[in-house]
Amino acid sequence: MAFFEGVKMTGGYDDGPDIISSCSVNVNQGEIVSIIGPNGAGKSTAMKAMLGLLNLKSGKVIIDGKDISHLNPQDRVKQGISFVPQTKNVFAGLSVEENLEMGAFLRDENLQEIINEIYELFPILKEKKSQIVGELSGGQRQQVALGRALMIKPSVLMLDEPTAGVSPIVMDELFDHILKVKKTNVAILMVEQNAKQALSISDRGYVLVTGENKYSGTGKELLNDPRVRSSFLGG
Amino acid sequence: MDFINSIVLLLNYIFVPALSYGSQLALGAIFVSLIYGILRFAYFTAGDLMSFGTMFTILFTWYFQSLGINLGVLPTALLAIPFGVIITILYVLAKDKLVFSYYRTKKSPPVMLAMVSIGTMFVTQAIVRIVIGPFDRRFFDGEKFILKANEFKEMTGLNEGLTIKSTQVITLLVTIIVVSILFWFLNKTKTGKSMRAYSDNEDLALLSGIDPKKVVMITWVIAAILATIGGTLYGLDKSFKPFTYFNNMLPIFAAAIVGGIGNPFGAFLGGYVIAFSEILITYAYKKFFIYILPESLEPDGLLQLLSTDYKFAVSFSILVIVLLFRPSGIFKGKII
Ligand SMILES: Nc1ncnc2c1ncn2[C@@H]1O[C@H](COP(=O)(O)OP(=O)(O)OP(=O)(O)O)[C@@H](O)[C@H]1O
Ligand SMILES: [Mg+2]
Repeated sequence: MAFFEGVKMTGGYDDGPDIISSCSVNVNQGEIVSIIGPNGAGKSTAMKAMLGLLNLKSGKVIIDGKDISHLNPQDRVKQGISFVPQTKNVFAGLSVEENLEMGAFLRDENLQEIINEIYELFPILKEKKSQIVGELSGGQRQQVALGRALMIKPSVLMLDEPTAGVSPIVMDELFDHILKVKKTNVAILMVEQNAKQALSISDRGYVLVTGENKYSGTGKELLNDPRVRSSFLGG
Repeated sequence: MDFINSIVLLLNYIFVPALSYGSQLALGAIFVSLIYGILRFAYFTAGDLMSFGTMFTILFTWYFQSLGINLGVLPTALLAIPFGVIITILYVLAKDKLVFSYYRTKKSPPVMLAMVSIGTMFVTQAIVRIVIGPFDRRFFDGEKFILKANEFKEMTGLNEGLTIKSTQVITLLVTIIVVSILFWFLNKTKTGKSMRAYSDNEDLALLSGIDPKKVVMITWVIAAILATIGGTLYGLDKSFKPFTYFNNMLPIFAAAIVGGIGNPFGAFLGGYVIAFSEILITYAYKKFFIYILPESLEPDGLLQLLSTDYKFAVSFSILVIVLLFRPSGIFKGKII
């Protein structure tokens, strides 16, 4: 059994229709798993379901063998699950350092050490530590978002489009950072529009279509699968 | 000499009064802004909460006076403020539990919460009128003046006097202390930062493990403290009349919006912007121009842009102008 797992999740928003149906996703520690698929496929929704931001009609969410389906999002965060949402993923009115501090709100010990670790990972953040995050560039903001999520030293990191809106060079940089995080034995689950690049750094991947698992396999397999290539990777 | 006289005139009738009135408005505007930023609705009970807190401060003041306790040259009310604050805190927390929390958990839209706060405004007004009545009360004791007009004239040999009331100095000092503590709290402590984070991005705050219940509670506590202190300072400086407090809501909201609602520091500055505008526009400048213009050009009229009866029109106009041309306020804030 995998470390962090969503099993046959079915559900939607409030009283609306089901957005995901019988969707299963899992990730192990030290592994990067990508979810790709067309816009509106329910990728973000699947992630939100795993964090408890969505009421499931059926299915369950398991971490380290424990069923956490009944826990609310805050309690799941306490289990070591960190989430970087697709939009509004930083505190735009707070400084870089304050964003990091807020990420570790649940930790009591000296934060400066963890903050310094984050600065080592993202040197640019150290340079800009007193700047208001709303005034940073898109790529720098994504680094803040990642840094904030890492502050609780999560065992699971869920990233919803971490490279949205950044240039190809910055995208490569961000992927490098994500690979570094992976080396610290974190389970990383991410949704990506830059499907080719994402799959090439992923151990495994899922293709989600209209809320259902369509294909899955290792990163290489999906990259080489002609059906996936023609429909989802732009040929 | 005439020039110095004209300056003293402006200091006496505009600068000093506007500074203390501005401080009183600022304290109100800060908590309106804070509630808007964190609870996300326009808190129309603001003026009457100030009158509620002031009322209890007055009751404690009377009680202390009956026991023969006083602060000498300082007003006894200063001693009574902490007690007024405690009761006001209990009142807002009870109100939150009984009324607002219901709409919050239902995720009612902000307009509905604002309407609910109009309801609690009427309730608060009724409580104040039942307990202390609608009349004008003075509860100031101690030394009234720090500088009297004729003392100043004797000292300087000028025609114009400068009066500084002790309530004006107390207002300024208390405001500086309270506001410094508040901004230290919001900017430097973990809890304060978590409140700003919650106001900035509620969803992400929840994902970071920030406890919304605590944030909401502290917001109310700060509101109660600022309302009681601001209200009491206003009452000491002028007088306590519940209806006036209700009226003050307009300049307080104007200050909060000018400052960029949701931005407490903007609201603080906004208080002074509104106070100075109100007084500058309703002041009769006749005497001022008599001093600075040659005799041949002496003005006939009062040279008053607007009569003091219309001082609320000033706040209202500023409010409208800001909302039309710069809805996010002069200082940055949320756009309403
Ligand atoms: N908060 C919400 N309330 C109601 N419906 C929503 C909500 N968020 C998303 N949806 C709906 O759920 C469906 C799936 O959305 P989702 O955000 O999961 O797609 P996605 O795969 O992440 O797409 P994208 O690649 O564009 O981010 C969409 O049809 C969307 O309209
Ligand atoms: Mg999405």
